[in-house]
Amino acid sequence: MIFPKWTNSLPLVLGAVAALAGAGVAAGVTMYLTPKYTRAGYTPVQPVPFSHNIHAGQLGLDCRFCHNGVERSWFANLPGASTCMNCHSVVLKDDPRLAIVRESAANNTPVPWVQVHKVPDYVYFNHSVHVDRGISCVKCHGRVDQMDEVRHDKSLSMSFCLDCHRDPAANIRPTDKVTKLDWQWSTNAAEADRLQDSEGKKLVEHMKVESLTSCSACHR
Amino acid sequence: MIRILLSIALIGAALGAATVGILGFQGSQMRKPPFELFPDMDRQAKLRPQEPNHFFANGVSSQLAPAGTVARSQPLQTLNGEVYTFEDSPVNTGCVVGTTNFVETNPLPVNEALLARGRDRFDIYCAPCHGRLGDGNGITKKIGVMAAVANLHDKRIVELTDGEIFNTITHGKSTMGAVGPLLPTPDRWAVVAYLRALQLSWLGAKEDLTTAQQATLK
Ligand code: HEC
Ligand code: HEC
Ligand code: HEC
Ligand code: HEC
Ligand code: HEC
Ligand code: HEC
Repeated sequence: MIFPKWTNSLPLVLGAVAALAGAGVAAGVTMYLTPKYTRAGYTPVQPVPFSHNIHAGQLGLDCRFCHNGVERSWFANLPGASTCMNCHSVVLKDDPRLAIVRESAANNTPVPWVQVHKVPDYVYFNHSVHVDRGISCVKCHGRVDQMDEVRHDKSLSMSFCLDCHRDPAANIRPTDKVTKLDWQWSTNAAEADRLQDSEGKKLVEHMKVESLTSCSACHR
Repeated sequence: MIRILLSIALIGAALGAATVGILGFQGSQMRKPPFELFPDMDRQAKLRPQEPNHFFANGVSSQLAPAGTVARSQPLQTLNGEVYTFEDSPVNTGCVVGTTNFVETNPLPVNEALLARGRDRFDIYCAPCHGRLGDGNGITKKIGVMAAVANLHDKRIVELTDGEIFNTITHGKSTMGAVGPLLPTPDRWAVVAYLRALQLSWLGAKEDLTTAQQATLK
């Protein structure tokens, strides 16, 4: 007997280990090596504890009150300190949390906000194209109006962009509802799906929205 | 045999649990910036708005334009012909040319499109303080953080000229901050036009309606 008896089970054991390892690596890669893990969830600590939950949610300010360039520019600007001071010259006038904002408004220095969403520089992105075609902020940023701190909610990977570009009708809404993040076609889920389907097609036709999937749309 | 397979499965499960324990789930909160494998491709040496930039002395990439810069732009279509943004004209200043007297009426042609635009902008930029009706009952007053918001249906404000309201929007007035930086010039005139329509709706009397319309009132 050259091989001891236990070697009979070796192929099975090795097979089991290989299968497990393979499954583990596959699961690990799909879970951890995609932008859904590497990016989504990024929540930097901001210099001023500004809360969208209070301002956009409870006070009901429209996104464009502060991000006022979003309909006109590729870049969704952050508000200048003077926009905050329209209210905070009266509200929480001496609050220490707002010291940086007051200083910024007085001396024209920038507030060092930390950028959360940032596509790689080889990608061309444009806010106004999307916002003016009835693509809501919520599709790419999640429920910002419920966040106390802005977090990177969606992956913003290439497949994420393409999923919508292949089928804009499933994601479009009337342009005046773009900044109403909780807006739905109907409170009834089945009815909402049906309307998204029928009304979405009409909007796509009416606004002549194209399905842009060629590489040069985003890599130019 | 079964014992060996079982222990392999157990070790696998333990490893899996340890990985999840250390790395967390997709979308779980993280404070550190995302990892980038080839940052030279992702982050090229170029200016991006609102990012720090050490090339300039004040460290800001979005530099303010030097004084006197004129932005390239299309002229505005006013009632008195085309006007460019740099011209001394009522549409840009709210004042009669060469004086500091406010113009009486809107220099833009007031039509349905302008009013619709004005309504849209009013609801975004004025309603938080003045309320959607313009009666001064915006959210900031309701929660009691801002006491003295003007009621835009006050007789005094109804009697202001269009030019003066334009000026108030552009530069602010006492406790009201300037909204001008947020609203391009034509949008400000659109808001003025819509505000006039709002005021008219409050001053309106039953007799202004046609008999047919009066019949539908409840
Ligand atoms: C009162 C002003 C204000 C309003 C209203 C507001 N925001 Fe913001 N927003 C800010 C400020 C200030 C920041 C930067 C600080 C931060 O990230 O928390 C910001 C950051 C963001 C960011 C992250 C930007 C980045 O760095 O990637 C997103 C996304 C965003 N806002 C979306 C929205 C949406 C959607 C709405 C409407 C529901 C909205 N905001 C309404 C002031 C505002
Ligand atoms: C429409 C008016 C308005 C504007 C514009 C506004 N705020 Fe506020 N802010 C408020 C009100 C109202 C509160 C709640 C005050 C309270 O809790 O008593 C508040 C609260 C805050 C707080 C305290 C949050 C907390 O946790 O209690 C911070 C910080 C703040 N705002 C920052 C900002 C910044 C930064 C901006 C500009 C991007 C801004 N605000 C613009 C009205 C405004
Ligand atoms: C189609 C997806 C999409 C939609 C819709 C969208 N955004 Fe964005 N947003 C992005 C991406 C991608 C970035 C990162 C852009 C970059 O690299 O500068 C971003 C960045 C931002 C920023 C940070 C500043 C900037 O431009 O980089 C703000 C603020 C913001 N978005 C607000 C909004 C608001 C408010 C809306 C709705 C009116 C909105 N976004 C709608 C995808 C979207
Ligand atoms: C929820 C739907 C949706 C998502 C998500 C989305 N887009 Fe779009 N995108 C559109 C629509 C609709 C248009 C308008 C197409 C047209 O011009 O008719 C558009 C247009 C564009 C354009 C304009 C192309 C041109 O030639 O003017 C660019 C660039 C673009 N998208 C890039 C992106 C990138 C990058 C992402 C991912 C970060 C993204 N989009 C995510 C729906 C979406
Ligand atoms: C809707 C917009 C869009 C279109 C169309 C598009 N891309 Fe992309 N692409 C992106 C975005 C966004 C990223 C960045 C993804 C990330 O950072 O995770 C990207 C990244 C890439 C990368 C780098 C991938 C990596 O992980 O480093 C390559 C290569 C690429 N795209 C090739 C292509 C090719 C080839 C096509 C045409 C078949 C194409 N793209 C069409 C949006 C697009
Ligand atoms: C941040 C809150 C705020 C916003 C936003 C705001 N206002 Fe005001 N507004 C005020 C306050 C407070 C006053 C009272 C000023 C005073 O007399 O002390 C006022 C006064 C006025 C007056 C009367 C000026 C006078 O001559 O007495 C007009 C007209 C007016 N606002 C129009 C507007 C319009 C139009 C908008 C939108 C573009 C707007 N406001 C946005 C707070 C605001």
